[in-house]
Amino acid sequence: MSAVNLQLDEDNKLRHFLSIEGLNRDLLLRILDSAESFINITDRSVKKVPALRGKVIANLFFENSTRTRTTFELAAKRLSADVLNLNISTSATSKGETLLDTLRNLEAMDVDMFVMRHGDSGAAHFLASHANPGVSIINAGDGQHAHPTQAMLDMFTIRSVKGDFTPLRVAIVGDILHSRVARSQIMALNTLGVSEVRVIAPRTLIPSNARESLGVHVYHDMDEGIRDVDVIIMLRLQKERMSGALLPSEHEFFQCYGLTEERLQLADDKVTVMHPGPINRGVEMATAVADGKHSVILQQVTYGIAVRMAILSMAMQPSARRTP
Amino acid sequence: MSASFSILNAYLHNPASAIDRVTDIHIAEGKIAAIGSAPHGFSAEQQIDAAGKQLIPGIIDLNTRLREPGQEQKGTIISETTAAARGGVTTVICPPDTDPVIDTPAVAELIRRRAKQSAQARVLSVGALTRGLAGEQLTEMAALKSSGCIAVSNARQPVRSNLILKRAMEYAATWQIPLFVNPLDHALGNSGCAHDGRVANRLGLPGIPCSAETVAVATMLELAQETGAHIHFQQISTARAVEMLQEAQLKGIHVTADVAAHQLHLTEMDVDGFDSNCHLLPPLRTLADRDALRQGVAGGVINAICSAHEPHEADAKLAPFPATEPGISALETLLPLTLRLVDEKLIDLPRAISLLTSGPAEIAGLSSGSIVAGADADLCLIDLDREWRFDADKMLSAGHNTPFDGWEFTGHVTHTFFEGRLTWAE
Repeated sequence: MSAVNLQLDEDNKLRHFLSIEGLNRDLLLRILDSAESFINITDRSVKKVPALRGKVIANLFFENSTRTRTTFELAAKRLSADVLNLNISTSATSKGETLLDTLRNLEAMDVDMFVMRHGDSGAAHFLASHANPGVSIINAGDGQHAHPTQAMLDMFTIRSVKGDFTPLRVAIVGDILHSRVARSQIMALNTLGVSEVRVIAPRTLIPSNARESLGVHVYHDMDEGIRDVDVIIMLRLQKERMSGALLPSEHEFFQCYGLTEERLQLADDKVTVMHPGPINRGVEMATAVADGKHSVILQQVTYGIAVRMAILSMAMQPSARRTP
Repeated sequence: MSASFSILNAYLHNPASAIDRVTDIHIAEGKIAAIGSAPHGFSAEQQIDAAGKQLIPGIIDLNTRLREPGQEQKGTIISETTAAARGGVTTVICPPDTDPVIDTPAVAELIRRRAKQSAQARVLSVGALTRGLAGEQLTEMAALKSSGCIAVSNARQPVRSNLILKRAMEYAATWQIPLFVNPLDHALGNSGCAHDGRVANRLGLPGIPCSAETVAVATMLELAQETGAHIHFQQISTARAVEMLQEAQLKGIHVTADVAAHQLHLTEMDVDGFDSNCHLLPPLRTLADRDALRQGVAGGVINAICSAHEPHEADAKLAPFPATEPGISALETLLPLTLRLVDEKLIDLPRAISLLTSGPAEIAGLSSGSIVAGADADLCLIDLDREWRFDADKMLSAGHNTPFDGWEFTGHVTHTFFEGRLTWAE
């Protein structure tokens, strides 16, 4: 049950969207192109298209999320789908229901597509391998594994600012080890053929063999790592990293890895600064950088809706065939 | 009253006494009545033509979770010893992490009685090293030994401090009870679920580094040297552990080791795609680790291959990978996976047989594991040339959790005798 087979149908069309791994460059570009066509809908007075009219999409969020869940909901509504929001962390599983039972029950209510966030790596693959034919699973973040729609909206943002991927040097800064966003971004950037992906963090926050397993260049020195890069992606630093002896303090992290205006001088003149949000101002980056001219952080959020519209419409199956 | 049998023209493999020839074996009243010609006046109720087949001592498995008492939804003494018989296994040794824990003679006795009523294999227990496996207070090891426990162990639970571990070793050594250990530094393991390597990094699975095993091995080797206790390392998984054990054995420290059969065939790559049947403890590691384990088996550092049998109900594996329970239902693949090492020319057939019989017998201090007249008739008859396909749906274990579904094997158990009873015949 490799990711490749699960995500694509016999015609190599999107069946589920679980991970960037196993998707080729053409497919990623098709997603970006499709998102492009949805961008101008936002400018219309009626912000809706009928693409998924009559379809039911359930948002299954086992972890808290505001931004991702909201943009998925907006994306589904703009495609005219009916949307169910289930905040599972406070409902079914606390009563002992298994993930599979939750899936079966909602399938029985004729849900066509599930957008799931879950704390365990591999949760989306698990759901996809047990979903009824015609029911699609969209991964909205699983453990430390993948957050592929975030990566695609980041790619969309990069393309809209830079045009071409091939000459780009991209640096990702922060907690790579625990980040599903970083894993998906790295795979997407490498698939789209950028010239170099760098990761920058202390040794405690980078997997021991990142170079081989993820295909990146590893830097522990921020100034060296961001020199001449075209794009800097700052990751969110979770508070709990301090208690696990991975970092001494937020203060020291900012001193060593925080993105300041001075440091930004080291990068390319036209450097683009990104962050998947929510930002810890003064921890990952200075306020002046977050709100500065190089920052595209709010564009990322806007583009998130169009990119998710593209993915939802491409992965939606003609009709859910149910097991009797 | 068990029946009498004559097994005719079998190729006899007896690792303990280096007998290696075609002969007949006669079984009566649970014992091997004679090897070669039948005793005067002997007439077998059943004759088995074993021409072209190999007769080996019944397999002794150093690590079998039967799940009874306490987790009967996963398996019972009946179901799992039936699976053992199919796999040619006649002695299973259970770790103490049952519910209740085997930390008093009463629990050991309970298991012994239930097994006597129903088991298709000999069931031996490993007693708990500490009460309730809590890692704090010693169990009554002398009493556990008297009630039949062949070793003491804290299974996968941590011992609170090295001081307690050292004292437990000294106390166990007092009664000449081997200490079975699963080397794991729990803090370094950090609730991981896969080898901290390329695959886990890519899949975002929390990793268990090799140091989680080797730091524990290093600590225990130092304490073993100081206390003189016999430490048996169970299911080692790293190349470095093999190296450390070899050094210790050369220094004359009394340490032995086993490896789970699946560790000799699978690697971290098998976890790819989030296959929960490859969620194991210790985790599947790199190809280099697998090869070092194989060399350890070939070179004599590792003297037993075990099943590390952990049957599960289907639901235990039906969840996202980190949320599934670790382990393989492995009794029915122990022999074929070991024979595969012979096909791959890593070891010869006598070595393979000793790794499953005399090797574990010596570690556990058992007199079985060989074929001699007068001994219990624990035997396994194998058709070495038979090619067959392993089918998870047809397993006799209550747990069908195996990554070997659909594997093609050469060598098949045709008959198993336990105490002179035919417990498996196809």
